[in-house]
Amino acid sequence: MIEFEPTEEQQLIVDTVRQFAANEIRPQAHDAAESRKLPENVLAQAHELGLVALGLDEAHGGGGDRSAVTGVLIAEELAYGDLAIALAILSPSLTGLPVTEFGTDPQKAEILPALVGPSFCAGSLALIEPDFRFDPFRPTTRAALDGGDYTLRGHKCFVPWLDSGDHVLVIAMEDDDPQAFLVPRNTKGLAATPERNLGLDALPTVEIELDDVRVPASARLGGDAGCDVHSIIDRGRIALAATAVGVSRAAFEIARDYAKEREAFGAPIATKQAIAFKIADMAIEIDAARLLVWEAAWLLDSGAKATREAVLASRQAAQVALVVTDGAVQVLGGYGYIRDYLPEMLHRNACGYTNFETLTLI
Amino acid sequence: MAISFELTDNSRCARDFYRKMAVEQMRPIARRYDVEEHALPTEWVDYYWEHGRKGPPTDFSTPADGMVQVCIQVEELCWGDAALYLRMPTASLGGAAVGSAGTFKGDGPPIWGAMAITEPGAGSDTAAIQTTADFDGDEWVLNGTKIFCTNGEGASQFEGGFVVVWATVDKSAGRGGIKSFVVPAKTPGMKLVGLEKKLGIRASDTATLLFENCRVPADHLLGSAKVRKKDPSKTGDKGFKGAMATFDASRPIVAAMAIGIGRASLDLCRDELEKQGIRIRYDAPRCDLTVIERDFIDMEAELQAARLLTWRAAWMMNHGKPNNLEASMSKAKAGLAVTKITQKVVELLGPIGYSQKLLAEKWMRDAKVNDIYEGTQQINQLIVARRVLDYSSSMLR
Repeated sequence: MIEFEPTEEQQLIVDTVRQFAANEIRPQAHDAAESRKLPENVLAQAHELGLVALGLDEAHGGGGDRSAVTGVLIAEELAYGDLAIALAILSPSLTGLPVTEFGTDPQKAEILPALVGPSFCAGSLALIEPDFRFDPFRPTTRAALDGGDYTLRGHKCFVPWLDSGDHVLVIAMEDDDPQAFLVPRNTKGLAATPERNLGLDALPTVEIELDDVRVPASARLGGDAGCDVHSIIDRGRIALAATAVGVSRAAFEIARDYAKEREAFGAPIATKQAIAFKIADMAIEIDAARLLVWEAAWLLDSGAKATREAVLASRQAAQVALVVTDGAVQVLGGYGYIRDYLPEMLHRNACGYTNFETLTLI
Repeated sequence: MAISFELTDNSRCARDFYRKMAVEQMRPIARRYDVEEHALPTEWVDYYWEHGRKGPPTDFSTPADGMVQVCIQVEELCWGDAALYLRMPTASLGGAAVGSAGTFKGDGPPIWGAMAITEPGAGSDTAAIQTTADFDGDEWVLNGTKIFCTNGEGASQFEGGFVVVWATVDKSAGRGGIKSFVVPAKTPGMKLVGLEKKLGIRASDTATLLFENCRVPADHLLGSAKVRKKDPSKTGDKGFKGAMATFDASRPIVAAMAIGIGRASLDLCRDELEKQGIRIRYDAPRCDLTVIERDFIDMEAELQAARLLTWRAAWMMNHGKPNNLEASMSKAKAGLAVTKITQKVVELLGPIGYSQKLLAEKWMRDAKVNDIYEGTQQINQLIVARRVLDYSSSMLR
């Protein structure tokens, strides 16, 4: 049966996260971006909510709810608060979820307890490479067995790098197959350089050079069985698309409220069709993108391969985020261009959806 | 409840039933009745009346999916041919008139119902209609001209048919004075004065009907004759508002029609590309995607987005949730998305896209009407805008 209503349990989570996003995240979004610094208290509070732990392995202290639908519902709400803070809050999932899904028992025992421990512990994923020909399914970073160890060589960017984390999951080609490797951040040969990008100012990210980084064979995610990087990327694309819907919704609401308040020629500008129709189109496109995201997530939960649906949802959501945040800047006119108001930041953040591929996971 | 996109067994069964009908009965004659504009597609009409109208064999042990299933069925039929779909003998456009007037009988020859709302000077602004209904003796007397009546020929000329005519009983009352009347086929005073020549959906009869002292019995008025003089948007006038509410049910269906045409175009495009050895790659890196692949993937996303909005509006009806906003969203999205998709497919196919050897050019013409009738793109944007801004119709005109 076709249904468009979350379960009661999911709705409860949505309501909680929505409130958290509105009351705790959004008020700090502007200052976090300007100071390029994450509000630590928000990370701690979010950790208390256990949003990431929910999806982690039950045997290691997680909630065992691997539902991608639950994941996209949470991701949209957090990103509605602020994208940079949302990605930071969700960053433990970058190592935690692949380890839960593919990890060997020793890998789970090594990684997961810290993520579900008493204080926030970040995760990290090194997938993207600074090259316009970048192919997520065939990265140029290489992993080769050398003696009993793996040697990693390559160059990565957009790698979330929060203070509290200690591992990064590196995606590299092993022969003809992409695989993932758990690398301690302080491993010799790994050099991280902080980035400055168009947006996401509050989220610490780095470029990393992997210069013959040696890790033991046991660092290969999933051990001999390895892992399915395609599935990690599908999940990442759908998760990121969900955040794009959240960012779009934030921009839409700001534009809508402003248009109803701001008067020109004796009436609120929202009473002019030129503005009203733009706002109507935003509403339509946001709902449409959300449904594509839901469908892709539902498909994952049903156990099917969702590469095509992930591509459709992520391309559409990326386009919608770009158009809607640009529309919000436009509706606010001159104020839209001023950093005291949020639309310009939302717009800069949304511009990245065509470039990020995977910055969070469900 | 839980979010799900799983079709019920009944929906699958209905989809397969109508897909087979689309492939076997509609596609082979689609071009012919596009060329022979206004000709009655007798073989299709008879086939549908005999085999199609009762629908697929239903398994009552599994749940039906109400309006969602209707949208799925409509999509299949319009994937076959939207113009022939519109020409199907059906009373559905007559809407609520069916039960009230009792003109619709199960057996006998095919019967059409039509709605006569639009006038030369009143389209989207239905409150401005000029056709009058005066009570004289114990009959209503209708005078005026109605245009763009889909199924207007069948409904006005063939035995058993009927036209539901919107007319004002009191011009000074504005919207409150507008009532609808059932006029049986061949009623004296109702004349078929012309059939429109159109960009597309040429197999569908779009009639101009003239009413000159056309008399119908008192009980052919639908609803109450009582006129409310106050602003109906504030008092909740059931006549006009009720009529507008039927759009909440019909807009997702029109959206589904558009989606059927859009899918037909995309399917053809994919087949033609595959004949040339071009396959759409969903796992290729961005920089390697060809323009054709990018366009195609974007069209698929747009079509699916429209479909999901449509199913959501239909699902809301199944659950008795008010869906005025969502119905307009689906119609606005589907109307525009499919207009663009069918145009793009003509472009992508190059010279053969423009040729009548394929149906791509026809589908481009057929698709466009979905962004016009049952509320233009702009009317639906207006409705969505009012809803999301929480503005009344007087605040956002």
